[in-house]
Order: sequence, then structure tokens, then C-alpha cells
Amino acid sequence: MNMAVYVWQIGGCLLAIALAPLFAGWVTQCRAWLQNRSAPSLWQPYRMLRKLLHKDAAVATHASPLFRSAPYVVFATMALAAAIIPSVTTELPLARVADAIALVGLFATGRVFMALAAMDVGTAFGTLGARREMMIGFLTEPALLMVLFSAFLMFGSTALPAIVEGTLTAHQFVLHPSLAFAGVAFVMVLLAENARLPIDNPSTHLELTMIHEAMVLEYSARHLALIEWASWLKLFNYACIGFAVFMPWGIVVDGADPRRLVLAIAALLLKLVIAGAALALFETVSAKLRLFRAPEFLTMAFLLAVLGLLVHLLLEV
Amino acid sequence: MATMNFATQLLQMLAGALLLISFAMLAERRSRRLVTLLVWQGVVLVASTALVAATAHQSHLYYSAALTLLLKVGLLPWILLRLMRKLGIERDNEPLVNVPTLMLVGLVLVIFAFGLAQPVSALATTIIRRTLGIALAVVLLAFLMILARRKAFTQVIGFLALENGLFFAATSTTYGMPLVVELGIALDLLVGVFIFGIFFFQISEQFDSLDLQHLESLKED
Repeated sequence: MNMAVYVWQIGGCLLAIALAPLFAGWVTQCRAWLQNRSAPSLWQPYRMLRKLLHKDAAVATHASPLFRSAPYVVFATMALAAAIIPSVTTELPLARVADAIALVGLFATGRVFMALAAMDVGTAFGTLGARREMMIGFLTEPALLMVLFSAFLMFGSTALPAIVEGTLTAHQFVLHPSLAFAGVAFVMVLLAENARLPIDNPSTHLELTMIHEAMVLEYSARHLALIEWASWLKLFNYACIGFAVFMPWGIVVDGADPRRLVLAIAALLLKLVIAGAALALFETVSAKLRLFRAPEFLTMAFLLAVLGLLVHLLLEV
Repeated sequence: MATMNFATQLLQMLAGALLLISFAMLAERRSRRLVTLLVWQGVVLVASTALVAATAHQSHLYYSAALTLLLKVGLLPWILLRLMRKLGIERDNEPLVNVPTLMLVGLVLVIFAFGLAQPVSALATTIIRRTLGIALAVVLLAFLMILARRKAFTQVIGFLALENGLFFAATSTTYGMPLVVELGIALDLLVGVFIFGIFFFQISEQFDSLDLQHLESLKED
């Protein structure tokens, strides 16, 4: 029993790493369908990874070791984050050690390394992207923390598994107005953090607007593969945080029984399919915001999350 | 918390939605979308009033829900949209400066309203007395919206949002006002909007704009 938990801890992390490109491919496919374009294959991200991993890496002459090591650090933080988030079962030994605040810290670590690496070579684009990324980052982080605090207040714990267990073991279905606020705020944070449409367009290299793409311009081959993979993993992780806090149905709460794990994985896949389609729909109907409107958008997210906390204190205590 | 039944939870959700719409109105720049948001506020109000009527067995609230549906979802938006078409301000944008600050002021108002409502709602006996704080917050946010706007048209929308907040406050504390009073208020609103419409035409004829800053040139120094 105890052994199985550890096996699952590693298995779950590997599952997230394997599924993340698929999820990204699904979102791209849905977007293409909604925009009346012929869609790339669902396996396109994997093909891209294979292509990039076979190439020789070209590194700028003035690049420091930081530039070379950053992709590995970023990928490792995202993989570790995937190990903490209860996506299939709550019996995660690592999640007992690191709570959701540590999770936000992990995301921040990845972001800082990414920004430092972007500035390392000293090109104008890298620096520009890094600055924009840090601006977005310092606005999203408090909003994300406030969203998580709404859930923490409800269940009296800062660990994500406890929140999942609290929701699933409740005797009756309870509607929480505060979670509705937090949910809207969370979607806004998700869009901003993953370089999605109202803030950043993932499929453009237009210099005036790009944020994430500007930072990774200097990377090639295996480094680029790792960074792309890490950004897909980040989107996957955010989706899983959303599932854990707002719709944890299907996650196994007691032990790692193989048969129920299969069911839980099926539930996860179903949720990912729906979430991906919803994300694509949202991206299709919304236009990109001017960069200077981004603080407004994110202040709104922060505000909604704080409102969620207030509404919880007013209505639900 | 666990003893609350499903209808109460749903009512609280609706109250939350009302607050959410108020904030959206505060930040909305397009006049056309403001009217849409006002319609949504009316829809939520109708749903919550009907739900209160069903759960608390207050049959007169059904009439007031029907009245709200007729007036705030049907008639008033129709009049407003017609006015917009006639004044040629359908695609009007209103420059709003510093929305984040406006939002933060709104947040402070919400905290203030929640604090203010706590002792009052402790005395009330209705099933959704806790939502009084939200109703007060909606009223204060509508005030803030009126203060932040410079165009006459959007200020009137703020005024209608304010009335929505008052209506919700009445439903949440005392199961609504007597039907005679509600009919009177509804008539007042209707006549008010008609008179506002006449004002709009006068103002826009005089100054070629609905911007109220022009009115300041009328005062004597």
C-alpha cells in the first residue's frame, strides 16, 4: 500500500509530463476548428519535440552557463509542480510536504529563471520580453494567491489535497458564491500566466505584442524543446489546479487502488477535453488587449478574488 | 453552513452575480454594453425575487417579479436603446481614467457596506438577510459609477442600477415593499426615464454632446 503511493507519485508526474503536449495540441486544434482553419494533428506538439531534440543546439557566444541551465530549471520546476497538484489521487507524499503557497513559489522560481536567461544574451527582444513577463507576473501572483486563499479559508488548510478531500467528502452538494468569484478570477489568471489571448498571443511573433515568445527567441534545439514542453506543462498544471479547487469530482481520495485510478484518469481526460475546448472558445471570441490594458485586466482578477474572500466572510461563515 | 438548503445557496449565488455585474458596469466603457449589463442585472433580480417568493411562500413577490421582468428586462432597456439610436450614441465610448483605482475604491465600498449591514441583517428575519450587505454594496457601487461618469446617458444607467440595488435590499430584508409602493416606484422610474430622455435631447441640442462638463460653462462667476 505504502509502496503503491510512491509508485503513483512518480507515475502521476510522468503522466502529466506525457499528457501536457497532448492538451496543448487539443487546444490548438479546437482553436483552428473554431476559426474555420484546417487543424494541425493532435500529435503535432510531440512531432515538434522530436524534431527539436534531434537538432544541434546553437548558443550565443556571450551566453553564460545560466543561459544553458535555465531550460532545465524551468522544466524541473514545472515537473515538480505537477507532482504536488492532486490531479488523479490525493495520496501524494510530496503534496503533504509542500502546500499550495510553495506551489506558487515554484511557479515564481521558473519565471525568474526564464526572465534572467532571456536577459542573459543581451538582445533587445529578450530584455523586452523579460520585463513584460515580470510585469504580468507581479500582477498575477497576488491574484492567484487570493484565489487559493478563498479555497483555504473554506477548508482550513493550505494543502491542495485537503481541499479536494474537503469538497468530495462533504455530505451534500454546496454552492459557494465565493468560489464563483474565485473561479472567474482564476480563469483570468490562467489566461495571463500562460500567455493566452487577451494578454499575449501564443501563435504570433509580432514584436509589439509578444511576451513569452520574445523571451525564448534565442533558444534552439533541445533547450527550446524543454522550454516549450515546460510551458505546455504549465498550462496543464494550471488546468489541474483549477480542477482540484473548483471541480474535483473523479479524483481518488483514499489510497491508490489501480482500478479506481483508471477511472480517475478517464475523468481527468474528460475534464481536460472540456477545459481545452472552453479555453479555445474563449480565446476565439476575445481580442487581444493592449499591453497597457493588461494591468487593468489583472487588477480586475485580483479584485474578484478578494471579493470572493469578502463574500465568503459575509455569507458563508 | 451545512444546514442551509439549496434554495438559499442559489439565492446567495444570485446575490454574488449581482455584485459581479455591478463591478463589470463600473469598468465598462461602451454605453451599449452597459445597457446589456443592466438587462442582466434585471434578469438576476427577477430570478432572485421569484426564488424568494417560492421558498418563503410570499405570493405578492411573484407580482413584483413579474413587474420587474416587464419593466427592467423589457421596457426600460428598450427605451434606452431607442434613445441611443435617436441620439446617435450607439457606438459611444466613454474614456475612463484609472480603472484600477476605481476598482480599489469599489472594493473599499464593498467592505464598508458589508460592515454596515452586519448589525442590521442580524435583526432581520428573512431567509436571505445576509445578502443585505451585497444589496448595500450594489447601491454604493452604482453611486460610484455615477460619480465616475461624465456623460448624462451613463449616469442615468447608474441611477437605474442604484434602484436595482435598493429593490434587492428591500427583498432581502423585508420580503419586498407593499405592492402599491412598488407600483408607484415602477411608475416613477418609467416617467423618470422619459423625462431623462427629454433632457438628453435638450442637452445634446444645446451642446452637441452629452458630456456634462459643458454644463459647467452655464454657471456665473
